[in-house]
Amino acid sequence: MVNSGMAWRISHLQALEAESIHIIREVAAEFQRPVMLYSIGKDSSVMVRLAQKAFYPAPIPFPLLHVDTTYKFKEMIQFRDSFAEELGVKLIVHSNNAALAAGANPFRLGTERCCGLLKTQSLLDALREGNFDAAFGGARRDEEKSRAKERIFSFRDRLGQWDPKNQRPELWNIFNGRVEPGESIRVFPLSNWTELDVWQYIHLENIPIVPLYFAKERKMLLRGNSLILPELDFVKPQPGDRFELVKCRMRSLGCSPCTGAIRSDADTLPKIIAELVEVRNSERENRVIDHDREGSMELKKREGYF
Amino acid sequence: MAAGFAVNNTPNGRHDFDIVEFLKQEQSKDLLRLTTAGSVDDGKSTLIGRMLHDARGAYEDQLKSARRGGEIDFSLLTDGLRAEREQGITIDVAYRYFATPKRKFILADTPGHEQYTRNMATGASTAELAIILCDASRGLTVQSRRHAYIAALLGIPHFVIAVNKMDLVGYNEDVFREIRAEFEPFLHNVGAKDPYFLPLSALKGDNVVDPSRNMPWFNGPSLLEHLESIETINRSIESPFRMAVQRVVQPNQDFRGYAGQIASGVIRPGDEVLALPSGRHTHVRRIVTLDGDLHAAHAPLSVTLTLEDEIDISRGDMIAGGSDPFSTRAFEATMVWFDARPLNPMHDYVVKHTSHIVPARVEEVKHRVNVNTLETGPASGLTMNEIGVVRIATARPLFFDRYSDNRATGSFVLIDRETNATAGAGMIISSVEDAAENPADRLARLVRGLVPADAKLNLPEGEAAALDELRARLQGLWR
Repeated sequence: MVNSGMAWRISHLQALEAESIHIIREVAAEFQRPVMLYSIGKDSSVMVRLAQKAFYPAPIPFPLLHVDTTYKFKEMIQFRDSFAEELGVKLIVHSNNAALAAGANPFRLGTERCCGLLKTQSLLDALREGNFDAAFGGARRDEEKSRAKERIFSFRDRLGQWDPKNQRPELWNIFNGRVEPGESIRVFPLSNWTELDVWQYIHLENIPIVPLYFAKERKMLLRGNSLILPELDFVKPQPGDRFELVKCRMRSLGCSPCTGAIRSDADTLPKIIAELVEVRNSERENRVIDHDREGSMELKKREGYF
Repeated sequence: MAAGFAVNNTPNGRHDFDIVEFLKQEQSKDLLRLTTAGSVDDGKSTLIGRMLHDARGAYEDQLKSARRGGEIDFSLLTDGLRAEREQGITIDVAYRYFATPKRKFILADTPGHEQYTRNMATGASTAELAIILCDASRGLTVQSRRHAYIAALLGIPHFVIAVNKMDLVGYNEDVFREIRAEFEPFLHNVGAKDPYFLPLSALKGDNVVDPSRNMPWFNGPSLLEHLESIETINRSIESPFRMAVQRVVQPNQDFRGYAGQIASGVIRPGDEVLALPSGRHTHVRRIVTLDGDLHAAHAPLSVTLTLEDEIDISRGDMIAGGSDPFSTRAFEATMVWFDARPLNPMHDYVVKHTSHIVPARVEEVKHRVNVNTLETGPASGLTMNEIGVVRIATARPLFFDRYSDNRATGSFVLIDRETNATAGAGMIISSVEDAAENPADRLARLVRGLVPADAKLNLPEGEAAALDELRARLQGLWR
């Protein structure tokens, strides 16, 4: 991002960009086998762009890892594959095939157990199989209350677990990345970004994102207050459900059965930003999983969820 | 109302949102990092909750879960972890984000009680402004003093002293004046410059966003107005150029660049720089970014530099302009100790300073500071949450400035080599005459000293190479 304002004065986005690039470079320099978790969402897209900037003119020196529950939206997978190819970066796709073969899905297991197997367990398996000692995630501290206290370098023990009472102090921009074999660090370069920052950066930098973020007329399943895009066989109408053509979009991307759409006319980035400013609802509200239980995100994180 | 975005209410009740204007406004916003500190009962969570609410930094669903019987309990907006909810106290640094039309804010919300002083230092390390909370009904406490001391120690340039709970003392001006009179000399002593004393009630909203009607005797700006308008001069730009090399970028034979975040100063192609530890002078050729080469760059941007001469530079090295940084293996520093294992001069540590990681020893604990009285006393070590002045020796020279001159190149952390814990944080006071200096470094330093800093040696290519080789051999001998 080139300075366009007053001399020597930088915008908040420039400050955030510089900080994130610093973090990404530290990890690449200090760890043997870093990997960048790539969720296909908007935050991942921003994180990958920052990684490109960090190492330019050299390529990104670590692979991307997508933990695929196989229940992601089809558009996401198409986007993922073309994005990785265009970038020329190595993409690792990992799924918990054993759990899937046993029929794991959110309706049979409930969202909590399903996430546990297809996301948390799958992620831990993938990190162990790849012998990765550092994993970048696109989480932001403004997303959820328990994330407000997450470090930028977040230490995980040999079981991939997070101990919120025993975090390493983080001062200035000095990060302690020392780990023993088997231990690892989760790294959150977007910690200090807000959702609004991410959207503005995507707009200013022309970063490609999955079309599901843009409003369009889609045939949706209406269940209570939720708008579900029925892509999977096991997502069947229940009594009281109905189908309707709705102009809508996704505010965050996850698995198709568990990610609701919002009614929206925002079909451009400026319109999305305008909508965001006006709609003062937390973006995670439309995800079923966070509301399972009071403090459920913190529980997942202790167990190893990103 | 100071908060809010570029939204105008139109007669039909719909928001008429000008996105072009909004994006322009957003682009012009800068970033202010601040930290709050206060005792458990000073009402800090309520104050932050109130700011988030009034500056629209809280989301509706978060507000929903913070409602208790119709009223919003603002303190619930900021309490995060389960353990905290159980104990009803804040136990870790939490970062909050909010914005006004003029500025974006990152707020490090730090716990107030004693055993978590380390979090207070953590929050203060990146902040440009500290809000120190006092409870008007209880007067000045030891904790307010301690927080002011730590914030000043960590070099925060701006202070707001928020005298909270004015509603409990009938908005009495005398109470406010007494606290100010008592606190001012202390703040002066610890080096907190131009503190802004502000009477407020977080619970009732007095002087948080809007000026208080209950305190006509106070004419100063509200807290949010003050935060919005305070001039944050980027002091680091006025300091000499410093950039620690994080990584050498070498995609092919034709390109060798040095990636780093500029710690201080300004750099342009053609500028002369000094590479440490080699001691070689050269010039910047290009400032490379994905968005194109820059004609100038400054702190705190992350860039990649290419240089005119081929010099052996690797991670941890320093590229410097203007006056030279210190380059020694021993220095004195103020340390804040974090670890449950006390600081032990016999123990092996590593220093992480900029991108440089070097084995280190604490040679001497000169004294300990009582953070409540500021009195110094003898000490043989430091225990958790203690602060003291130490002398540290490193296996290789560090390239640094005094913390008071340069926060980025004057700071370091001490890591326990056995546990990998971040055991303490240090702020360099001064370089110590280096008796055990590496002979090769000493020779290089002496040679450099013979040549004026701004002169060029202009050695023929062969001689320059021979000098480098000599240096390498001397270093080899010493190892």
